[in-house]
Amino acid sequence: MALLVAVAGGFGAMLRFVVDGAVARHNRLRLPLGTVVINVTGSLLLGLLTGLALQHSGFDEVKRVLGTGLLGGYTTFSTASVEGVRLAMADGPRAVAVAFAHAAGMLIVSLAAAGLGIWLA
Amino acid sequence: MEVTDEHARKSPPAQRPHPLHGRPSFLLLALLGGAVGTTVRAWLEGAFPASPGAWPWTTFGINLGGSFLLGLLQEALSRSGPDEGWRRRVRVGVGTGVIGGFTTYSTFIVEVDLLVRGGSTWTGAAYAVVSVVVGLGCALAGILLAQVASTRVASTRRPTANPS
Repeated sequence: MALLVAVAGGFGAMLRFVVDGAVARHNRLRLPLGTVVINVTGSLLLGLLTGLALQHSGFDEVKRVLGTGLLGGYTTFSTASVEGVRLAMADGPRAVAVAFAHAAGMLIVSLAAAGLGIWLA
Repeated sequence: MEVTDEHARKSPPAQRPHPLHGRPSFLLLALLGGAVGTTVRAWLEGAFPASPGAWPWTTFGINLGGSFLLGLLQEALSRSGPDEGWRRRVRVGVGTGVIGGFTTYSTFIVEVDLLVRGGSTWTGAAYAVVSVVVGLGCALAGILLAQVASTRVASTRRPTANPS
């Protein structure tokens, strides 16, 4: 079980690396959007999984592998924090406002996505 | 002259570099690091599970500690030299993989949602805001620590080379 969680987490992190790179290649804005896309989609899927687990018993092992493992490895809090600080430290008069909008935006949209996921389940 | 020509031939041509996220060796580094980070997180969450309605201290500690460590690592790497060779492998394997896999945004978000749904509205709201704000502070602390440390290392190595 622990091995399955580890492997799923590894694939989640690898998927994050691929999605972040792909978004960065097509992103024309100065704002880093890869982590936003990753954390919002991951929150939606974990909301869906949590909603299913709340309704059906015997779902706990699937939730550990896919939730704690795959989606836990896919989404990331540390990169979101470091990207926020980098935005705040950038040149320009609105750097701190942009960093605040980035952090608050990611939080609010992720919460809405997770709520949607739980509602859909 | 021949030496110069030989050198010129060996240097890579000016072309658009192959993206890192398409290279198998970097994908493998992210996968292995992510497996390690996820295992540590899963163990901690299992050993110290959050009680329903209470502040999720384990995820909170994981996310703040990881934010500090990632800030420290990225700043230390970028100050020690260009993003290539071993530095790039450490950045992807340890930064993207281990620390990225250790911290989690989705669990954090669903914990907030469940707290609010369970009636602990203020605990949920405070947990959301405090996590994000203190997480930024921890990342900043890591970056500043790496800056101070690299300045000290540089001044002990080259006492007179860099007067600024």
